[in-house]
Amino acid sequence: MAGKPVLYYFDGRGRMESVRWLLAAAGVEFEEKLLKTRDDLEKLKNDGSLMFQQLPLVEIDGMKLVQTRAILNYIATKYNLYGKDMKERAIIDMYTEGLMDLDEMVLYQPYLPKEEKEGNLAKIKDKSRNRYFPAYEKVLKSHGQDYLVGNKLSRADVYLVKLLYHVEELDSSALANFPLLKALRTRVSNLPTVKKFLQPGSQRKPFEDEKCVEAAMKIFH
Amino acid sequence: MAGKPVLYYYNARGKMECIRWLLAAAGVEFEEKFMETSEDLEKLIKDGRLMFQQLPMVEIDGMTLVQSRAILNYIATKYDLYGKDAKERALIDMYTEGIIDLTDMMLRVVTCFPDQREAKISLAKDKAKSRYLPAYEQVLKSHRQDYLVGNRLTRVDIHLLEVLLYVEELDSSLLAPFPLLKALKSRISSLPNVKKFLQPGSQRKPPYDEKIIEKAKKIFKFQPS
Repeated sequence: MAGKPVLYYFDGRGRMESVRWLLAAAGVEFEEKLLKTRDDLEKLKNDGSLMFQQLPLVEIDGMKLVQTRAILNYIATKYNLYGKDMKERAIIDMYTEGLMDLDEMVLYQPYLPKEEKEGNLAKIKDKSRNRYFPAYEKVLKSHGQDYLVGNKLSRADVYLVKLLYHVEELDSSALANFPLLKALRTRVSNLPTVKKFLQPGSQRKPFEDEKCVEAAMKIFH
Repeated sequence: MAGKPVLYYYNARGKMECIRWLLAAAGVEFEEKFMETSEDLEKLIKDGRLMFQQLPMVEIDGMTLVQSRAILNYIATKYDLYGKDAKERALIDMYTEGIIDLTDMMLRVVTCFPDQREAKISLAKDKAKSRYLPAYEQVLKSHRQDYLVGNRLTRVDIHLLEVLLYVEELDSSLLAPFPLLKALKSRISSLPNVKKFLQPGSQRKPPYDEKIIEKAKKIFKFQPS
């Protein structure tokens, strides 16, 4: 339908999942064109849709945006999930960038060669439990508010909650020592838009299994 | 002096250089505190000033900011170098992110294991030539304006100039097929604040040499990736 953002990616989480979460949390309906073959990707490259020949690509408001951060920044601004002024934006950016550093390790895990998986998983466990989760727990403890910044839902909360779920999939007791993070996750998960997204049948993608990884590799290699 | 941003990093380009460029282009004076030893870094960590125990860190307007994009976004907004609306910002972000990807590729030439260096150099040259430089030449060609976005100076023109200079350092012939990029490079270099920053004696940092790399490795107890 005209007007809805269109997401171009393969059928997996990868770098597009954070975009799906943010749109869903903002209550924005979106379409997806899920690439299945190398030709699908070549076609996009050849028609000039991909500025750097890379995905993700989102068509939104007449723009063909690539680069995950450009896409997320635009959505967050448009749907008022980016703080009330530039100082709040700075804090939100700082928090979001830390989460993206952790997410780099997490989103690659399914796609790593077998011999690298264990090492990466150890890194994820170490960094999440010793660097990232303590940092965000501390933020929540410092102000006692329901959300990370400005006492209002922002993109940083949405991203954090996504990561809390994804890290827990890889490390089931990861959140054990972080009561405030658990409470935030519950709170955000109960928001109507997020609750809907968490239900089966939504556009949320599952953890990538071998079949999914094989299909993705066919498109990109 | 109270009021000036203070940059905490080591005395080299690394991930702080783009921030130095942006402040300089905006005509903003800034101070620098250089990490000389690993103890300097450990002290900042122990004092709780580094949210993720990492540099760069910038003290600005009462905030202790880490994460280079958070710092750059704030500076760009404050000094009106981030476009006039959300759509211009989206283009600026898209273009900026491509430049950061290329810059990171070139940084990996310096930080990788020595036996990988040749391969990393080839990769950076190849991507510059076939992916990034053509993309930005195409932007300039599409509107024939003096700046990348919105017909006025924004952060991304500064980021582009910086990376074009690095590309030139890597291989001076790489820019030859891109007349519009060369013209933009001249134009932006001539802006008074930029011209000043390009002169010797400014806070601009020189290319890496073995001495700088060794020092950085000691401070960061470095493991190449």
